[in-house]
Amino acid sequence: MSLHVLATGPLVTVQDRGRLGLAHLGVPRAGALDVPAAELANRLVGNAADAAVLEVLLGGLSLRADAGCWVAVTGAPVPLDIAGSARAHARAHARAEWLATGETLTLGTPTSGLRSYVAVSGGVDVPPVLGSRSTDTLAWVGPPRVESGTVLPVGRPRGAPRPLDTPRAPRRGALRVTAGPRADWFDDDALDRLCATPYVVSADSDRIGLRLDGPALPRRRTDEPVSEGMVLGAVQVPPSGVPVVFLADHPPTGGYPVLALVDEADLWQCAQLRPGEDLRFTRRRGSPAATP
Amino acid sequence: MHLRPVGATALLVEVAGPAQALALATWARAARVEAVEVVPAAESVLFDGVPDVEALGALLRGWTPTSETPVGELVEVPVTYDGADLAFVADAWGTDVAGLVARHTGLEFVSAFCGFAPGFAYLDGLPAELAVPRLDSPRPRVPAGSVGLAGRWCGTYPTASPGGWRLLGRTDAPLWDPSRDRPALLAPGTRVRFVAA
Repeated sequence: MSLHVLATGPLVTVQDRGRLGLAHLGVPRAGALDVPAAELANRLVGNAADAAVLEVLLGGLSLRADAGCWVAVTGAPVPLDIAGSARAHARAHARAEWLATGETLTLGTPTSGLRSYVAVSGGVDVPPVLGSRSTDTLAWVGPPRVESGTVLPVGRPRGAPRPLDTPRAPRRGALRVTAGPRADWFDDDALDRLCATPYVVSADSDRIGLRLDGPALPRRRTDEPVSEGMVLGAVQVPPSGVPVVFLADHPPTGGYPVLALVDEADLWQCAQLRPGEDLRFTRRRGSPAATP
Repeated sequence: MHLRPVGATALLVEVAGPAQALALATWARAARVEAVEVVPAAESVLFDGVPDVEALGALLRGWTPTSETPVGELVEVPVTYDGADLAFVADAWGTDVAGLVARHTGLEFVSAFCGFAPGFAYLDGLPAELAVPRLDSPRPRVPAGSVGLAGRWCGTYPTASPGGWRLLGRTDAPLWDPSRDRPALLAPGTRVRFVAA
């Protein structure tokens, strides 16, 4: 069976858990930005955690099923509409819903957050590229972006849907950070300064990085490090002194020093922060990273 | 060799230069170290997705730093030498275009690492006296297949992109093809010779 895309909002991409092991060839990892939301959507429709879902930025997606299937929408809460020939009514967020043959699922505009996830029983079954169905928006490795007219093949369902799921809500709050590999390139109090005042999410944030406006973080060293490997969640500080948090489509190597690292468990929030919203960092309590 | 922890699951190893970084990355892959990513760069190797950073650190300390280039596969890259900066580079090398082609095709490079774009290989092997400066301001669009120089590096653009390298020419070689088992033609460790097309 297939899903026929009738309309999209600003950006819809296919995402799974990403394309790992190819950073040395210059390939970004990609994958869903809000991992807990994508995993929940997959659980609700009975998929394995690595099934591909649709990542929908700011709603606006409308698609028609050419055969009945379970769907679930998670992440940024959106008004949902399932319309067929005889019935039309609103459906629930974060719950498995049956989409009958010929019916259309439409996502409105999120009331909060940015990215919603649509899972379908059997998973979005576009051909994998280099072992993953994720679309990377830095170099556009992976399936093409989903547009009006795209027909998305759907895999064979493997498990039963779980209409009710009561996941532990992901912890919302300040992003927990530890010192990064180049923290010694900054003034001693740079990490404290990062955590002392809120930053504002900038409008040019995307899947590559969360760009922030706020107090600059002065460097002790003014030269640039030669380009080196970068990790997910790296807080990179370009010469402007205002930090960028590297997200799933980050370049595998980068030339600005990394002051801090955001705890991976907190990164989902970066997928949902809207431009203009405040963001706080906090030093992670507990054991510092072991020095090998 | 200097080890910098990168959180609880990654390790950045600083080394003396690109040849040493490639040697360490090659050694680590051959030793099947537990890491999802092994990313050589100009003066470092990043190990990411490491289940036990301390154990990896101990293992890497057993590596004897060397700049000996591992012997990789030799790939010949045909080049049409018609780049926009051909005259500039020939002048900088104190020769003419024919002399430039003879020198460039006479060198053997080794892909030290990829970066900037999928399959964009930084090729090590240009003698120091042949280094050329980057453009002062990058071109908004460099066509796919372009072969260029920047500093002591030679590079090939797998896809069209902005770029500040001095362009010597272009190649039809399939530099990046995600449908192949080995998508990057010039993956790290590959030896490269250019031939005039």
